[in-house]
Amino acid sequence: MTATAPIGLSDLRTHLYGLPGVDKVGVEARAAALATRSVKTSAKTKAIDLAIRMVDLTTLEGADTPGKVRALCAKGMRPDPADPSCPSVGAICVYPAMVPVAAAALAGSGVHLASVATAFPSGQAPLEVKLADTRAAVAAGADEIDMVISRGAFLAGDYRKVFDEIVAVKEACGAAHLKVILETGELATYDNIRRASWLAMLAGADFIKTSTGKVAVNATLPITLVMLEAVRDFRDVHGRQVGVKPAGGIKNTKDAIKYLVLINETVGDDWLDPAWFRFGASSLLNDLLMQRTKLTTGHYSGPDYFTLD
Amino acid sequence: MAARVAGTAWRRTLPKSTKAMEPAPVRLSVRKTYKLYIGGKFPRSESGRTFVVDGDNVALASRKDARDAVVAARAAQPGWAGATAYNRGQVLYRVAEMLEARRDEFAALGVPADEVDAAIDRLVWYAGWSDKIAQVTGGANPVAGPFFNISAPEPTGVVAVVAPAGLLGLVSVIAPAVVTGNTTVVLAAGPQVAVTLAEVFATSDVPGGVVNILTGKYAETAPWLASHADVNALDLTGVEQRELAGELERAAAGTLKRVIRPSAGGTDFTADPGLRPMTTLLETKTVWHPKGY
Repeated sequence: MTATAPIGLSDLRTHLYGLPGVDKVGVEARAAALATRSVKTSAKTKAIDLAIRMVDLTTLEGADTPGKVRALCAKGMRPDPADPSCPSVGAICVYPAMVPVAAAALAGSGVHLASVATAFPSGQAPLEVKLADTRAAVAAGADEIDMVISRGAFLAGDYRKVFDEIVAVKEACGAAHLKVILETGELATYDNIRRASWLAMLAGADFIKTSTGKVAVNATLPITLVMLEAVRDFRDVHGRQVGVKPAGGIKNTKDAIKYLVLINETVGDDWLDPAWFRFGASSLLNDLLMQRTKLTTGHYSGPDYFTLD
Repeated sequence: MAARVAGTAWRRTLPKSTKAMEPAPVRLSVRKTYKLYIGGKFPRSESGRTFVVDGDNVALASRKDARDAVVAARAAQPGWAGATAYNRGQVLYRVAEMLEARRDEFAALGVPADEVDAAIDRLVWYAGWSDKIAQVTGGANPVAGPFFNISAPEPTGVVAVVAPAGLLGLVSVIAPAVVTGNTTVVLAAGPQVAVTLAEVFATSDVPGGVVNILTGKYAETAPWLASHADVNALDLTGVEQRELAGELERAAAGTLKRVIRPSAGGTDFTADPGLRPMTTLLETKTVWHPKGY
């Protein structure tokens, strides 16, 4: 699907500035209120399994080796080797150089393979480099691409440039899903986050993602709430559903369940599915597994019983 | 004149006669709620429950408080074990100093002066052992090969303790565990004394999470700690019912914990404890190092 802007590009700025402002106090209070919900027993069991299926198990380090990526893939396919009823994660997320290794390891498993591209994490590279980065990852076997927007251009008000880049990367993706990382920690205001969400969706994003995990402020509940409202409103207007992926800083089961509650209360069941919601995380999976073990065995588990990565 | 000083001179002053008839104001005392001690803080129980002991409100710990305490103890363990033995000894000595300064509080709780003395002495005794225990329990082993073979004691990790009542008993189970670098989750019997001791720990440079103290009914929380996979040892010294001690030991076997059984006739804490309380909570690491010629 090639992205066709439903509005004239010259109207882009007008359109983005026409979006209503975000009530900062209101959105934070609502996110905090929803975070107090208590999810227990059988509902908790279901929530944990759903959260595991939503995890994009991620390793994005300079020190990544083929061995580490293979180990991560093995873990993603069978998160709890002791329990075959434990579901696989949604996807494995790696750097483009590691895609061939991960593709071989994941072949036939049904676990998706995501790769960051477009000069992740800064996005400060010429467009041709970003496109080549994307094509290489897709050619090597990635079926999901996590791109970063040019925050510099966005903050400078050059929305057209950001829009065109997303359109071009979307085209380079071919059949692969495109997740657009807004890097909300660098966008400074909720209004900017709402605008960037709309900009990405208008340009053809299949997913909007909060963060790279490489800056100080990562995914938070209020930011995700703003983005969920954006995808809901976008579907109402344009009839196309877009997924959401909070990433970075989601470390334990309690946090993950808060996000699930947020989805249920904001956009509803339609997004409570790994096809439409993902967690970009690494350490979250171990905590989910510990909580799952607690529910199945009846006693508390410990980090010693799960792999480090 | 006083009103003028206080900046309220504009107020209509009452006639002198009325003022003389007012009763002297009664000062309301601040009543204390004895709370838990987890990760260096004094939270109420997560469950919101309290119970009354001798007219005092005391937090009644739940299994989730025990879980939180284990998380705090685990987080504190590498740092505490990584501190130098000398440093841990100094911190324990500091605990003794602070306990000395709080004599009156313990006296008010009915702890006899000689028990406070004994508890302080016990702390100082263990503080002294911090940088000596490794020489006694470790050493170079003669082996038939070209190797240096060295054994050194290492802390077991997170120790769950069902503590006996009384200040001396409490100190006698906590000090030998922490002096070697373990961290503890203590289920305390005499809550006021235990929480007052927690205040001593909180003011003596003991890092948060090294000692965690939970008040309440140990029969409720101990089984969760016994089966907890992230607890490495279980000290049952304070368990009075044999049957419960057996159950806890069986639960602990699931994760191969070290278990200290309660002694049949009760423990005499005034006697010389010997090294057993420390050595039980140590693991021996042996290193083989090739020797050059």
